[in-house]
Amino acid sequence: MINPEHELHIRRKARNIWLGAILGAFVILVFAVTIVKMINGNQMEAFDHEVRPSLTVEE
Amino acid sequence: MTDVTFSLSRPYEAQPSDYFELLKPRVMRLSIFTALVGMLAAPVGVHPVIAFASILCIACGAGACGALNMWWDADIDRKMGRTMGRPIPSCRVSEGEALGIGLVLAVLSVAMLGLFANWVAAGLLAFTIFFYVVIYSMFLKRLTPQNIVIGGAAGALPPVVGWAVATGSIAVAPLLMFALIFMWTPPHFWALALFRNDDYARAGVPMLPVTHGTTATRHYILTYTFLLVPVALAPAFTSAGGPVYLATSVVLNALLLAGAVRLNRRTDALAAADKYRAERQFFAFSILWMFLHFVALLTEAGLRFAGLATQNWPVWF
Repeated sequence: MINPEHELHIRRKARNIWLGAILGAFVILVFAVTIVKMINGNQMEAFDHEVRPSLTVEE
Repeated sequence: MTDVTFSLSRPYEAQPSDYFELLKPRVMRLSIFTALVGMLAAPVGVHPVIAFASILCIACGAGACGALNMWWDADIDRKMGRTMGRPIPSCRVSEGEALGIGLVLAVLSVAMLGLFANWVAAGLLAFTIFFYVVIYSMFLKRLTPQNIVIGGAAGALPPVVGWAVATGSIAVAPLLMFALIFMWTPPHFWALALFRNDDYARAGVPMLPVTHGTTATRHYILTYTFLLVPVALAPAFTSAGGPVYLATSVVLNALLLAGAVRLNRRTDALAAADKYRAERQFFAFSILWMFLHFVALLTEAGLRFAGLATQNWPVWF
């Protein structure tokens, strides 16, 4: 008999759900921190191989 | 005839709770709490989201320490009654898994703390993990009876990391919080070692009662408790302290000293007769002692936030 769901997947179901939830929470956390840093006016740009006025130091 | 055997039972599949246990949640809880107090006691406020993310990173760093410690100490954990139920000795998690989880958590927690907060805090967290895993677990623990005296530095660093998250630097106040935990660790663990002596002797861990005997350990507990008292009182006279902390510390230290004097007067025969009652009480009280000191610091931070801090309180450090 061919089982559509392998027995291994059933055994690991709980930990796979947990891992998915942790990864999802991590994405939300990074997003939230990014929003906060942008609101606080942090410099979010970095050098990207071209000169941009926003990255030059004012004299 | 063949000597092939078949096992009909399925192999045990590690559950999320097994992996969580690998991170030493009780130690993690203490690290989270002391780091949070260090962060809130700092004169600079932190955005709640940044604070939450940073505390999560510190918790993961503490978890990495736990997993890597269990990976390295799996051989001695199998021999001690206190530790043989841990995930690796009880065959719920493999040593390779513990190593992998520990390394991933260590790298991720440091990198993310650097990005979320600042690189001073991240550097301190990296040093904490390195000190606990390499200096304490790999070298000191099996080498010298002073293992927990020096190794206590790793457990003492979270409030400094918390302070660094808020300020991006280190000051006297968090260093005194560090000293508080650092000086508290030896009497706390030696009290445990007194009633777990057989465990450590069987595993060959050179704890003080194993190498120097229990009488010397009782003297050491008293000496270190005496040394701990001024260190515990000093944060009262920093920017993080105040009268609430001072009053709490005076009462707690009087009780701890009384307990240490009592332990010093006891003999092994007396301790065995009442199943190490006083030693267990001292150990349990030392946990409460630590917790209440940091609760007092948290209270002082709350009072300052509410504008109720005592005016003209002497700040000497």
